[in-house]
Amino acid sequence: MSDVTNEGGRDSALLRFLWRAVKLLATVALTFLGLLVVTFLIGRVVPVDPVLAVIGDRASQSVYDRVFIELGLDRPLYEQFWIYLQKVLSGDFGESFLTKRSISDDLARVFPATMELATVAILIGTIFGIPLGVWAAVRQGKFVDQFVRVFGLIGYSAPIFWLGLLGLLVFYARLQWVAGPGRIDISFEYAFTNKTGLMLLDTALQGQWAAFRNVVSHIILPAGLLGYFSMAYISRMTRSFMLNELAQEYVITARVKGVPEWRIIWVHALRNAAVPLVTVVALSYANLLEGSVLTETVFAWPGLGQYLTNSLQNADMNAVLGGTLVIGGIFVGLNLLSDLLYSTLDPRVRRQS
Amino acid sequence: MTEVSRRDWLLSDRPASRRQAKLGQAYRTWLSFRTNWLAMVGLAIVVALIVVAVFADVIAPYDPVIGGDLRTERFLPPLTDGHLLGTDDLSRDIFSRIVHGSRLTLMVVVLVAVIATPIGLLVGTSAGYFGGWVDTVLMRLTDIFLAFPRLILALAFVAALGPGIENAIIAIAITSWPPYARLARAETLTIRDSDFINAARLQGASSARILWGHVTPLCLSSVIIRVTLDMAGIILTAAGLGFLGLGAQPPQPEWGAMIASGRRFIIDQWWVATMPGIAIFIVSLGFNLLGDGLRDVLDPKARK
Amino acid sequence: MLHSRRLLAATVAAFALFSAPVVYAETPADTLIQAWAIDDIISLDPAEIFEFTASEIAGNSYEGLIGYDPADVSKIFGKVAESWEVAPDGLSITFKIKPGRTFASGNPITAEDVVFSLTRAVKLDKSPAFILTQFGLNAENVDEMVVATGPDTVQFKMDKAYAPTLVLYCLTATVGFVVDKKLVMEHEVDGDFGYNWLKTNYAGSGPFSIREWRANEVVVMERNANYSGDAPAMARVIYRHIPEGATQRLLLEQGDIDIARSLTAEELDAVRANADLKIQEGPKGSIYYLGLNQKNEFLSKPEVRQAMKYLVDYAAISDTIMKGKVNVHQAFLPIGFLGALDETPFSLDVAKAKELLTAAGLPDGFTITMDTRNTPEITGIAQAIQQTMAEAGVKMELIPGDGQQTLTKYRARNHDIYIGRWGPDYQDPHTNADTFARNPDNADDATSKPLAWRNAWDIPEMTKKADAAVLEADPAKRAEMYIELQKESQQTSPFVIMFQEIEVSAMRSNVNGFIVGPSFNDNSFAHVTK
Repeated sequence: MSDVTNEGGRDSALLRFLWRAVKLLATVALTFLGLLVVTFLIGRVVPVDPVLAVIGDRASQSVYDRVFIELGLDRPLYEQFWIYLQKVLSGDFGESFLTKRSISDDLARVFPATMELATVAILIGTIFGIPLGVWAAVRQGKFVDQFVRVFGLIGYSAPIFWLGLLGLLVFYARLQWVAGPGRIDISFEYAFTNKTGLMLLDTALQGQWAAFRNVVSHIILPAGLLGYFSMAYISRMTRSFMLNELAQEYVITARVKGVPEWRIIWVHALRNAAVPLVTVVALSYANLLEGSVLTETVFAWPGLGQYLTNSLQNADMNAVLGGTLVIGGIFVGLNLLSDLLYSTLDPRVRRQS
Repeated sequence: MTEVSRRDWLLSDRPASRRQAKLGQAYRTWLSFRTNWLAMVGLAIVVALIVVAVFADVIAPYDPVIGGDLRTERFLPPLTDGHLLGTDDLSRDIFSRIVHGSRLTLMVVVLVAVIATPIGLLVGTSAGYFGGWVDTVLMRLTDIFLAFPRLILALAFVAALGPGIENAIIAIAITSWPPYARLARAETLTIRDSDFINAARLQGASSARILWGHVTPLCLSSVIIRVTLDMAGIILTAAGLGFLGLGAQPPQPEWGAMIASGRRFIIDQWWVATMPGIAIFIVSLGFNLLGDGLRDVLDPKARK
Repeated sequence: MLHSRRLLAATVAAFALFSAPVVYAETPADTLIQAWAIDDIISLDPAEIFEFTASEIAGNSYEGLIGYDPADVSKIFGKVAESWEVAPDGLSITFKIKPGRTFASGNPITAEDVVFSLTRAVKLDKSPAFILTQFGLNAENVDEMVVATGPDTVQFKMDKAYAPTLVLYCLTATVGFVVDKKLVMEHEVDGDFGYNWLKTNYAGSGPFSIREWRANEVVVMERNANYSGDAPAMARVIYRHIPEGATQRLLLEQGDIDIARSLTAEELDAVRANADLKIQEGPKGSIYYLGLNQKNEFLSKPEVRQAMKYLVDYAAISDTIMKGKVNVHQAFLPIGFLGALDETPFSLDVAKAKELLTAAGLPDGFTITMDTRNTPEITGIAQAIQQTMAEAGVKMELIPGDGQQTLTKYRARNHDIYIGRWGPDYQDPHTNADTFARNPDNADDATSKPLAWRNAWDIPEMTKKADAAVLEADPAKRAEMYIELQKESQQTSPFVIMFQEIEVSAMRSNVNGFIVGPSFNDNSFAHVTK
């Protein structure tokens, strides 16, 4: 008997899990469909003639008519959407008017640049943000707390493109501490083979240290700026989580037991605060993608943000749709991931489910 | 009534009327707000912005759009006679442009709030109040919008609508409402089954009436605080759109667009791009400080 | 507390690590690096190339049948062709191909390649195909019109006896460049004449070959070992996509690039003051103009059109915001073209403009919009014009948009005023006469949409004169006809022609031998040394 009930219990747990997975997938699929519809409609109401984007201003009428039909613009809107949907589902975002290549190739080419920038930025943001947040929480209300707060608010308040311009002016043009716009000096570009698209990784793996240093000196300013912005957010959230933890009973108990203060703060409290922090870090990573649009413009960084802005300004709607979908997808993915991590890491959440 | 007695009246432990109690609470909030000097700085900046915007015509010494002589008055550095912040590539006085630009900034903030708040409230309260499939549909829609980074969605909308400050405002508003909807829904859920709503329902009030007359006012304060907190973000997004050439268009003295056009001269005529940047920075810092202080005062969790 | 001090130390250490000294590298001695906005490239196939950057790249990597001297365009010489002969009836030209020359691939250049290249361009019918098809060629007849009459002779037939210079200049355009038939056809898929391959690849015979194009990033060219002329000194030429002038200047000053291609007037001033840098310039064919839509009730009045021409401060703009980048020019043919008119009768004259407006019954001026492309230069000029127009009571509102947006509106004739820049398609005067002074059909659904049509300027008489000029074989008489056409157009047309562009490049002072020609495919770096 007991065996049977156990079986049944396991079954229903499995079923529940499956049901949840299906629901989750359905949600994601629905969100994506929504994304598709919104982006597609945006693409079709743009007051720009897509044919001109392909053929330019001087072509004859016969060329114009041919391309008009080639692009499927003579069909009704829902039919165009249906064709587009089918293509996207088979992994084909179409061809970019601007680069004359398949959008998936383009995205695969530009994405690593953005990923590298965002990753270095989030590392900077986390490495500096968490200790600053802890420090502010420990010294709540004191000078340090106010300083961290104002420092963070300044990060929230300055337009990143403006800081980028001033940064280039001061650190590149005047002081020459860092290298200029772009990812790498042209003389190093062919010093190594491009395998992952992540130049820091490629140069390091192939032992090209001169090129590596060059890549670092290019990335440090834009990544530092983006990092500052996520640091502002991370330190603030860390502070509030830590305040919450430090007020818990176990902290008082530990103090009574004579556990050293640094251990209480950096080991016990921080470990518990780490759980929600994972979510915060994942979210700020996603936000960095957004920040990259403006930063990449200022730093001539050949990434997703620049690709998207360029395509937008040239009414290359296929590319815009592809890029937006990818960013939307990463957003949804990171949100899912942080939810998942949250429920695996947090004992309280785990117990509940 | 003397100053002291008015204060006593406001701080009375036993308010005689609901009005007195409400005013008393507001006064206490103000008192605790006032002790936060950072928040007071923020308030001062925001008030200054409003004053400058209202009296722009009086304050600005020159026309913001029509410049001076191209041959003699281009790129005058800051503190040149009559031009506090210098002039730009078309001989226009930068100080006057920034002063007039404050109107655009204020307009963006106000209009976005005026457009986005009702949408968020309507969607959120309806979803929370009706529940069921209405909730599912509306929240799914909200999630779709939240799935986009805001700036990128705004970019796409502006591309569709065409560049311009009005379209930038619409685009930012379209992308700002989802968090308000979520907040309003959460608030609605907590009061949906409360007695007074049930009472209203029993009296035969229509859903629309209950939503508008009873639910919305209760959600309003938390949503408004959230909007205030977002204002700096709205300013930065508008400036970012302007910088990318998709927001306000030249010759409008919008600060982001001013940075974009001054960017070409950053090396030798640094002030052209730097000054409007400082303006954006100060104003959005002001809103951030104000919002931060408001949160401290109004959010009971953070007050401890 | 101890830990906070430790934290501080760690922070300082981290900063020290990041701010380690940066190693700067000079550009390599055999590599020329240019910074330019290369986002206009949409194809590397000569049958499709029409944009500035791609034209320049093709000009240095492909060869046409014939070319001209960039310093004096009237000197036409053979490139792939050794000589040519116009038939007595003027209906065909026969080219003799230089023997013993090869493509970069090693394949010999034959008459067959020339015929293939021209027929291919006509059959593919991409944007620039009209440059060839205007001589009566089309996909059906081109196989009879362009034929190899021997192993090294090609005959090019036409439907009318066009002025020979017109035909020859058209054949110097990129669409007439000779491609390697064998190589291209190896990559043919479904009868596409290898188009899908060639648009990102290379099959030419010029001094450089195209190794790589990464859109909006870089174009890499390499010395063509099989080039039959003098081998270029540079082993590699690289274009980096840097749209911003300020950024280009920074890179140039730091020595990270050799040539900066798109600097603004202010940046050029700074370059002039720097001993390590120098400037090279050459007039280009592009013209800046205002198009006044004749569908607008105010602009259709002749006095108003005339008044507008007195409300632009040509001199101030070209001396300040466009300093060194434009010359004042007020006729539709740019200087350097056969028959170009260099008279500049208009200058800022508010009183005169007011007089004209009063005569038109608009003493208080009027309100009008101008569609303005949101590039810094066009916006700057537009704002300067806006200021001077206001002095005569003409309230001009700018409607900014990106290139495609303003163009879409312009082509639909929905604008009031359009501020534009027009570059000639080939080196013959007909290219601009065709668009500024010809409007065969002013109906809304006309098949050809020249600039005159876009501004709804109905000119049957002038169209006839422009057509006649195309058939005049005597260059001197032909030049006379164009001058007359320009004089008439200058006074009556809805075009406020303002400036002719000067292309200015700033370079490190050790760079020599860069040639700036009248059109972009004439810009040459085959003889660059550094």
